[in-house]
Amino acid sequence: MSDEPTVRHHESVVTPAGEHDITDGGPDMVQFLDAEGNRLETNESNAPYAEIVEALTAEDGRAMYRDLVLVRRVDAEGHALQRQGELGLWPSLLGQEAAQVGAGRAMRPQDYAFPGYREHGVAWCKGVPPENLLGMFRGVNNGGWDSNENNFHLYTIVIGNQMLHATGYAMGIQRDGAVGTGDESRDAAVMAFTGDGGTAQGDYNEALVFAGVANAPVVFFVQNNQWAISEPNYKQFRIPPYLRARGFGFPGVRVDGNDVLASYAVSKAAMDAARAGQGPTLIEAFTYRMGAHTTSDDPTKYRIAAEVDIWREKDPIKRMRGFMEKNGHADQEFFDAVDAEADEIAARIRKACQEMPNPELPTMFDNIYVDEHPVVAAERDEFVAYHASFEGAGH
Amino acid sequence: MTTQKLTLAKGLNSGLRAAMEADPKVVLMGEDVGKLGGVFRITEGLQKDFGEDRVIDTPLAESGIVGTAIGLCLRGYRPVVEIQFDGFVYPAFDQIISQVSKMHARSLGALRLPMVIRIPYGGGIGAVEHHSESNEAYFAHTAGLRVVTCSDPGDAYWMMQQAIASDDPVIFYEPKRRYHERGEVDIDETAGAPLGLHQAAVRREGTDLTLVTYGPMVKTCLQAAEAAAAEGISLTVVDLRSLSPLDRPTVLDAVKKTGRAVVVHEASTFLGMGAELAALIQQECFYHLEAPVLRVGGYNIPYPPSRFEEEFLPNLDRVMDAVDRSLAF
Ligand SMILES: Cc1ncc(C[n+]2csc(CCOP(=O)(O)OP(=O)(O)O)c2C)c(N)n1
Ligand SMILES: [Mg+2]
Repeated sequence: MSDEPTVRHHESVVTPAGEHDITDGGPDMVQFLDAEGNRLETNESNAPYAEIVEALTAEDGRAMYRDLVLVRRVDAEGHALQRQGELGLWPSLLGQEAAQVGAGRAMRPQDYAFPGYREHGVAWCKGVPPENLLGMFRGVNNGGWDSNENNFHLYTIVIGNQMLHATGYAMGIQRDGAVGTGDESRDAAVMAFTGDGGTAQGDYNEALVFAGVANAPVVFFVQNNQWAISEPNYKQFRIPPYLRARGFGFPGVRVDGNDVLASYAVSKAAMDAARAGQGPTLIEAFTYRMGAHTTSDDPTKYRIAAEVDIWREKDPIKRMRGFMEKNGHADQEFFDAVDAEADEIAARIRKACQEMPNPELPTMFDNIYVDEHPVVAAERDEFVAYHASFEGAGH
Repeated sequence: MTTQKLTLAKGLNSGLRAAMEADPKVVLMGEDVGKLGGVFRITEGLQKDFGEDRVIDTPLAESGIVGTAIGLCLRGYRPVVEIQFDGFVYPAFDQIISQVSKMHARSLGALRLPMVIRIPYGGGIGAVEHHSESNEAYFAHTAGLRVVTCSDPGDAYWMMQQAIASDDPVIFYEPKRRYHERGEVDIDETAGAPLGLHQAAVRREGTDLTLVTYGPMVKTCLQAAEAAAAEGISLTVVDLRSLSPLDRPTVLDAVKKTGRAVVVHEASTFLGMGAELAALIQQECFYHLEAPVLRVGGYNIPYPPSRFEEEFLPNLDRVMDAVDRSLAF
């Protein structure tokens, strides 16, 4: 017997700020564009996805760019509406546009998305009108859209819950025989979204176990934006999410979440594999939460401005625009037109928000059950009678 | 007397600090409790002063938080865990119900779990889903747990220390919409806590009817009593403070004196604390009652979107309406 321990403990690769560069995704990270938008050489990590990127046309690139700009604008408008008191809360996606647009564009209409609460960019790609997202943040509903219309599930606020729903939905797709038929319009897969903090939650880990065991057509898309409110990565895990996937029995990939080409290519490869019956993939999009956790948060309490400055240099829109300009994929007229469209959408959202009616009070008793429930029915009647009693009473 | 004017939040913070100073085995755990001081700043400054070993930013997993707190208890620590919002306690429900509440009995008394689970609860803050719930009945229903809630800065300060000193697990509900309410707190160590952890307090004495309430609704009920007084109606207000065990003598004495009772809480009424109190009162005060015990609470629907909450939550008008109905009986 040697003195070598049979199990070696991993060196933690996730350490406190200062001990490693939390702005560097490391050599495994799949990346196609550098911060200026230069197309990187093929290397070991991006090679498997190079073909997908090569197949993209200038037109595809313009469409991606448009999405990036529009979702940033939608987000900025959400933020502004909160500041003006029109919304109670807004969780900003600033900085995460490329991660979300890359993932969102890799989905086909029959694919289903299970978002957390920050996935406004995925919603956009799935065709959900941005106005629909505002209701829950305005306090008029708790979701309020029909998920099946766009195959975009309701936002889930309780961290991790939706990961299991996504896996279960994918198990349903399997039972319907809608994987691996080779029929492009039939084969379907699921994308499940959470954050770096979410990977600590029990539901997340159970979802990965179930997905692995079932070999279900689900792609777990973890946006590692470096922060879970005030907690940095090293307080959530010792080994980053993409490396943990292997332990659940399927591949994990770390992608540059600020590079829309990379995010798209990795997502497309994973979704294609899932639809073909090859099972789950975990994608860790390495990115950054540029803003506060939500409008209720004050990040100056726990993080330094220098970190934000470094990430600002990695801006996803600037990068894609640089790439397009260098390659002559778009002219000023195009960029101006996208900006003008963003203005229009912002104005449309603002108007829709301001005009969103307060719900009729008795509707709070609606849809609690499918079939009428006597307690709820009686309370609704009492509620209506009680409020009627004030009419004309000077209240 | 050494008094200080504190907010309820600061009372909790000072109570935690005092408990940590008194006993090196007291550790705080939760999401964002360190540098940030928690999303409500209840643990503000404590990590800085007591170090990362005693104020632990945990991974984002409530079952993990409570489950590991059990292990820490078994090793002689007194963990005080923070659940960030009421609606996020459910991942820990299994650990609380299956393990925390039963460990002492299962070990025939050999093991103790001196843990405090702090839960900011209740609505009225215009929040999104899962941030406004009153889920105290689940825990009060569970034998083996003590469940308490404060309604003012003084109780925040003293009850927190008493809860931490308790050798039984305590669920400590904090009325989040009252965090910024101010009040004089007698912080005199030698005099100690003015009331036991499980005593109710008569906040106002009247002759016509008793409002039995707790947590965030204490203020609402005191306002109702004020309004009623202007109409010549004299109300007693009992602040339960402890939901399990209930301070029966204080509640029953008050009701016997007034002959009428209305229970007020934010939680839905069906199988809520009001159901237990109504049963208790009718059983013990039957011959003193002039009217059935009434309940004012949240409706029996999931906590609604915030635009509805003003009408969902008991308010002064709804309390007064119940008072009128009781008096008219
Ligand atoms: C079960 C549960 N516990 C706590 C919270 C409160 N909370 C909301 S967001 C958040 C941090 C989430 O971090 P991460 O998963 O990294 O996602 P991000 O917000 O960075 O997108 C916490 C603790 C919650 N929503 N759900
Ligand atoms: Mg995060």
